[in-house]
Amino acid sequence: MGRYIARRLLIAVPTLIAISFVMYAILALAPIDPLSQFGADPRIPPEAREQIRHALGLDEPWPIRYVKWIQGMATGNFGYSFMSHSPVIELLLQRLPNTLAVVGVAYIVGFIIALPIGVFSAVKRNSVLDHIFSTGAYIGFSVPTFFTGLVLIIIFSVKLHWLPFVYDSNLKVNDFGTLVQQLRQSIMPIAVLGLFEAAVLTRYIRAEMLEHLPLDYVRTARAKGLLERFVVVRHVLRNSLIPVVTIIALGVPTIFGGAIVTEQVFHVPGIGELLVRSIFQGDTPVVTAVLMIFAVLVVAFNLLADVLYAALDPRIRYS
Amino acid sequence: MMHHRRALAAFGVAMLVAAACGQAAPSPSGGAATATAAAAKRGAGGDLKILYWQAPTILNAHQATGTKDADATRLVMEPMASFGKDGLPVANGLAAEIPTTSNNGVSKDFKTVTWKLRTGVKWSDGTPFTAKDVQFTFKYQCDKATAASTFDRCDNVDSVVAKDDTTVVVTYKESQPFYYQWGVGGGSLILQEKQYTSCVGAAAKNCAADQKPIGTGPYKVDSFKPGDVVSYSMNENFRDPNKPFFKSVTFKGGGDAQASARAAFQTGEADYAWNLQVDATVLRPMAQQSTLADLKTVYGSSVERILVNFSDPSASLGDKRGEPDTKHPFFSDKAVRRALAMASDRNTVATRFYGDGLTGKPTCNILTAPEPMNSKSSASLDVCKFDLAAANKELDTAGWVKGSDGVRAKGGIKLEVTYATTVNAVRQNVQNVMKQNWEQVGFKVTLKSVDAGVFFTNTSPDGANHFWTDVEMFTNSGDPDPTSYFNGWTCAQATGKANNWNFGNYHRYCNKDFDALVDQLRKETDQNKRNDLATKANDLLLTDVVVIPLVNRTFATSGVSKTLKGVDPTPWDSEMWNIADWTK
Repeated sequence: MGRYIARRLLIAVPTLIAISFVMYAILALAPIDPLSQFGADPRIPPEAREQIRHALGLDEPWPIRYVKWIQGMATGNFGYSFMSHSPVIELLLQRLPNTLAVVGVAYIVGFIIALPIGVFSAVKRNSVLDHIFSTGAYIGFSVPTFFTGLVLIIIFSVKLHWLPFVYDSNLKVNDFGTLVQQLRQSIMPIAVLGLFEAAVLTRYIRAEMLEHLPLDYVRTARAKGLLERFVVVRHVLRNSLIPVVTIIALGVPTIFGGAIVTEQVFHVPGIGELLVRSIFQGDTPVVTAVLMIFAVLVVAFNLLADVLYAALDPRIRYS
Repeated sequence: MMHHRRALAAFGVAMLVAAACGQAAPSPSGGAATATAAAAKRGAGGDLKILYWQAPTILNAHQATGTKDADATRLVMEPMASFGKDGLPVANGLAAEIPTTSNNGVSKDFKTVTWKLRTGVKWSDGTPFTAKDVQFTFKYQCDKATAASTFDRCDNVDSVVAKDDTTVVVTYKESQPFYYQWGVGGGSLILQEKQYTSCVGAAAKNCAADQKPIGTGPYKVDSFKPGDVVSYSMNENFRDPNKPFFKSVTFKGGGDAQASARAAFQTGEADYAWNLQVDATVLRPMAQQSTLADLKTVYGSSVERILVNFSDPSASLGDKRGEPDTKHPFFSDKAVRRALAMASDRNTVATRFYGDGLTGKPTCNILTAPEPMNSKSSASLDVCKFDLAAANKELDTAGWVKGSDGVRAKGGIKLEVTYATTVNAVRQNVQNVMKQNWEQVGFKVTLKSVDAGVFFTNTSPDGANHFWTDVEMFTNSGDPDPTSYFNGWTCAQATGKANNWNFGNYHRYCNKDFDALVDQLRKETDQNKRNDLATKANDLLLTDVVVIPLVNRTFATSGVSKTLKGVDPTPWDSEMWNIADWTK
């Protein structure tokens, strides 16, 4: 197992370098540049534009910029944002808590909702409730989050005036009052993302459960006279969750990537919002940093998923 | 992304004021500011919530990439004076009074301007502000290596020298009719020398001070999360003991224009929401039905216009494509250009898509402000009247004959027009209206829309700068002094490969008569004559159909809480120019 992990880590290095190169090349060749922010304004004369381009280092050929950038990355220097002139890492650290508080919590909420529903739907297959849950799940992952987000805003913010829809990232939770405030401002984005996540996971859990329920060991368990509750929870569920754990592990990097649309709708200053804005503004140091971190996480969690899989399922051995 | 245009307008801000030259007497002090509650007490208000759907990313107007940055900086930093509604300076900044020729602040040859500063002003850190800081700001801003986006303020400026602690002398290299160019408005915010001393030139890049500048303004920065939110508290050292009214300000960014409008009009989560560029049919009912906020707008020089290409954009030309020395296959015929203009229905566009005065009104002028320069003669020009019959007649007379497909041709050349603009719902609607009318007079129109970021990239073949289409549309705005604006139509500014498409004359229009007018504008010091020259330059661009102006768009379009008082936007300066006077 140790050797397996070491080998996978070694393979990860060239993979990440290849990803970084392709990503950088695409960004460098894309017809977008930070100076487009100035538009055709006559008050930014050509001379000033060239000076700014030079100050940002954009007058160098992109392969040279790539080498400089990857050297920086190797030493943990993520570079400086073209727009804010501050270190990219600071921007990321400022945004990570918001993303975790909303997208991360939504992920957990989604799992907590999906687990009982998935199990129930499988055990009571084809019951009325199963049909209702299934229909709900299909609607859940078919309706785009920007739509559900807007519907919630119109109901709870505009009509009822119950909840704010402009997220306050300065809020510090230190007593009951601020905790309530935090819940009020994050409940809508968490609901939107959590229900979407739950809809997807429900289907997985239900499918896995259905696959295991008719198996011999389940019959054996029942034959032993175990309570049905124990059969389902201790035997079927545990085995069914093995692939689900993998899916959840693989989904963790997407948490860090933020939820681009939902963050935008609710003014949550998360990593997804940062990424999409930086793309539009041509702020390449930020874009490359976010994408690179994302790449590292994907590679890492892929490995983690494989390792977890082996740990949970004794039949699987890597050598 | 139409906002870019106006974004810049506000932050570049400044050139304004031609009107100030000579005789016009600028208001003495805060004259343009509306009624400030007499009883206003410092810190009596709570938290003021400002919402910008573009978030500020840097707090230094000299490094700004848009209005959002310059506006967020304006709460903290001040210029010597602001530009008021008429384009004249207002002494609500660091200057004690506005220098003019009559108070001997401006020399007879228009080369030196002597500024008298307020005494006893302190920075928010408690240290005294002096003329040295002003001198330093010039050094910072006008050092090429600083790469300031406000560098245009430095054009023709020879020096800025502190004569004593409260006197600053700005010297221009040549006689400068627009003598308020340096020192007034959003492009001239004064930095603290102590804080920025190690940030001049190449060191200006990635300077930590840009995240937390020390200023003389009514508020100071408590914390700043770039791209998200700025938190300010009142500056206890602000020179007016009764201001500012609010204890703190939260300047939040993000979302989109419609969400901002909702926050102002429907939920009241914002006291002030910026730049609500929402479809007029949505914005109007939102604003009218709101019990929480009002829509506040001001007109300036932002004009949505259609540009006509004078070069040949045919792809078959290869390297020569769209170069200034090529000639457009049919737009080189003035009759075709005139017909295009006469077939352009600006009234319908303004009514349907800009709410008939809500966010824009029809105009045929390319220079709409300041008012003395807003041409009155254009209204009677035939090219300014929507008249399909006249357009058809014009083309008939010129020998362009309709073929069986309804497209006119002459000598094997067909009137096939490609019409480009940015991706934007309003603009696509405008394109459709234009297309319909133009096709009725015998043009064949192909519509094209490009992402704004790509459209405004000088190196992009699909961009406005390359202009490899026949007509294109976007908004631009000028200054109270229109010289640099009109410079963008002179022969020398023709854009092309040689200047990496950096120059401003995208049309590749070249007319000696027009160049002569701009030359005169550079030298003329008599204000009435300047107004006359500017009007002539405007009219020439219309009669020659270089450009087809459509809509004069609002410069500020803000949702303002009904309880918030003192908001009084000027089209020539930051919307935050008088935030010290805002109260509830």
